Amino acid sequence: MVPLPYYLMLSGVLFACGVTGFLIKRNIITIFMSIELMLNGVNLSFVAFAAHWHALSGQVFVFFVMVVAAAEAAVGLAIIIAVYRTRETLNVDQVNLLKL
Amino acid sequence: MSSSLHLWVIPLLPLAGAAINGFFGRRASKKAVTTVALVFCGLAFAMALYVSARFFSLSLPYQEVIAPWIRAGNFSIDFAFYLDQLSLVMLLVVTGVGFLIHIYSVGYMWDDPGYYRFFSYLNLFMFFMLSLVLANNYLLMFIGWEGVGLASYLLIGFWFTRDSAASAGKKAFIVNRMGDFGFLIGLFLLIKHFGSLTFSNVFARIAPLNPETAGAGLLTAIGILLMFGAAGKSAQIPLYVWLPDAMEGPTPVSALIHAATMVTAGVYMVARSHVIFERAPSALTVVAIIGLLTALFAATIGVAQTDIKKVLAYSTVSQLGYMFLACGVAAFSAGIFHLMTHAFFKGLLFLSAGSVIHALGGEQDMRRMGGLRQKIPWTFWTMTGGTFAIAGIPPLAGFFSKDEILWRAYQASWVYWLIGVFTAFLTSFYMFRLWFMTFFGEYRGDVEKPHGNEPTVIAAHSNDAHASTAHGHGHIHESPKVMLIPLVILAILSFAGGWVGWPGSLGGNNRFDKFLGPVFRTTAPEINAEHAAPGEAAPPEQGTEGAEPHANRRTELMFTGISVAAALLGLFLADLLYRRRPELPEKIAIWLDGLYDAVAHKYYVDELYATLLVKPLIDSSTRILWRGIDQNIIDGAVNETADGARHISDNVRHMQSGNLRSYAGWIALGSALVIAYMIWMGLQ
Repeated sequence: MVPLPYYLMLSGVLFACGVTGFLIKRNIITIFMSIELMLNGVNLSFVAFAAHWHALSGQVFVFFVMVVAAAEAAVGLAIIIAVYRTRETLNVDQVNLLKL
Repeated sequence: MSSSLHLWVIPLLPLAGAAINGFFGRRASKKAVTTVALVFCGLAFAMALYVSARFFSLSLPYQEVIAPWIRAGNFSIDFAFYLDQLSLVMLLVVTGVGFLIHIYSVGYMWDDPGYYRFFSYLNLFMFFMLSLVLANNYLLMFIGWEGVGLASYLLIGFWFTRDSAASAGKKAFIVNRMGDFGFLIGLFLLIKHFGSLTFSNVFARIAPLNPETAGAGLLTAIGILLMFGAAGKSAQIPLYVWLPDAMEGPTPVSALIHAATMVTAGVYMVARSHVIFERAPSALTVVAIIGLLTALFAATIGVAQTDIKKVLAYSTVSQLGYMFLACGVAAFSAGIFHLMTHAFFKGLLFLSAGSVIHALGGEQDMRRMGGLRQKIPWTFWTMTGGTFAIAGIPPLAGFFSKDEILWRAYQASWVYWLIGVFTAFLTSFYMFRLWFMTFFGEYRGDVEKPHGNEPTVIAAHSNDAHASTAHGHGHIHESPKVMLIPLVILAILSFAGGWVGWPGSLGGNNRFDKFLGPVFRTTAPEINAEHAAPGEAAPPEQGTEGAEPHANRRTELMFTGISVAAALLGLFLADLLYRRRPELPEKIAIWLDGLYDAVAHKYYVDELYATLLVKPLIDSSTRILWRGIDQNIIDGAVNETADGARHISDNVRHMQSGNLRSYAGWIALGSALVIAYMIWMGLQ
């Protein structure tokens, strides 16, 4: 059986990858994927804890997160498509009409 | 008192008029404004007549409590009104003369764009003046006192676009504040030592006290402080300087406020407080001396003035001095008598002067008048009545009142009398000078281009033929009827108004004095018993002249003769200098170079005050209060706070780049810091 710290470290690494990707990438799709990565990193820690403590609430929580992530993906992708149609770019730095 | 007199209605009527005109007058037609102003003022007059009709069936003094006002421990003040012979005289003078001047103003102010504003202020003035006169305690009186000051300020600065008018209003207001300071402290002393401000309570508590013969005491202090207040309101030395400047206001205002009513409030207040003054001989002496000096001082200045209204202004100051002289020799009823006749003839003189100014299209300089006798005959005759009345030519009103004051002054001290008679001579001289310069000789003005000193009167009346031409005062014209009728009524009053005080020495019985007697005699016997009059001790007289011995009566007649002679001398001299030998005054002026210069410049009192008081005050205010405290400390603190905030935000605002990923970065950084902190805490 793999001990808990391994899972947590992997979870941390995944999360850090997500954050880094979110911060340095300009393509909005990539940013979106980085968000998913962060969510899944968190999910991993949830299930790891759930298994470790034999508590179901962690696993239930993961389902919630996955549902939210699915909904978010649906809405988010719709927005991205709409943005692409009007702006013809996926570069977030160019989507700056609301900026002063 | 079974049936109430509803005294409170009298002041409230003009207030209602002021409110209606003030709020709605801008949009209302001139006719409506006129109706409102005259009806409410006239109703007040009618009420006053009604009150006087029922007066003799009242038990005096009649008091009427409207509502409780202040209750603090043992101290209590009500909104309450008070009526006795003194208030009744004042009431009739204020409403009567006030109503006449309202009528006159309709004609005089008709073409002024601020017509409704003028009448609103005028009615407001009436309200405050009537509260002052009818108050039953010092506090309500003080409210009226301040209120008439406010109305005076508003009306002096009525043509506020003119710089001189605005600053004259300010000057009047500020000088009055100084007097009010004294008045207030006097009132505080009254509260502290007698625990009340209601007339009847205060006087009842003071009445048993002995006169303070040995120098100063509490009552003397109160008396002098009250006199200081009165000096501010009634333009006495050292606070008279505002009144001549107050002539910047429209002429009806000068007549109503700065001659007939408001400026006499000080005299009324001193007379009202006679119980205090009678027990403070030193304070009385102060009153007499201030009055005497002011009378003389202002009369000499009046001799060299060339502005027709300024002459009358200094004359008013001088006549007020007479009234204070009368009060100062404890002849209060004589002072009030002069107050009444003065209201008639000085109101008349001012209104006539207004009529002259009106006729000349705004000219106020007497050097540019002359020969107006045939051109404006009505004004000439009314002005003549006023002039003879003020000069003290029998049997006109001024003769009786002035003569009584002089006689009573003589009984106190011959010095008072001597200066008084000399002042009477000066009065007669400058008034006849005005009369001759205005109405006799050749017209010296320039008909072609009238000087617009008073903006309102440049345009003519709607019922005049040349109404449409703005500067069309091509020829001199008589004023409209609405102005002449009040003049005629006042002229009749100036002629006959003095007969109520026909002295015993001339076969009358001085009904006025007897009428006012109960007010002032309530405490008088004690005075005569306990301290003899200062100076030439006079036989106890107690205000009525009927009981005089015969020898005394002959002396009195002799003095009457002397004062009439002084008046005639003034007439003769003015006639010589300003009608028969018009080149003489200039020669005399050159001959008396320095003196004439000083007099013409009003003894440089304004300049003296400017250097001694105003300039240091302005300088220190500018340097310490404005630049120092206000700009550096208060503004400095505020500005520093704002500057600091801007400085910090200048630095911090770079965080808010609007770049989404930089925000995310900040969030990540922040959460990383929080996590690091938590881990570090966990490790501890």
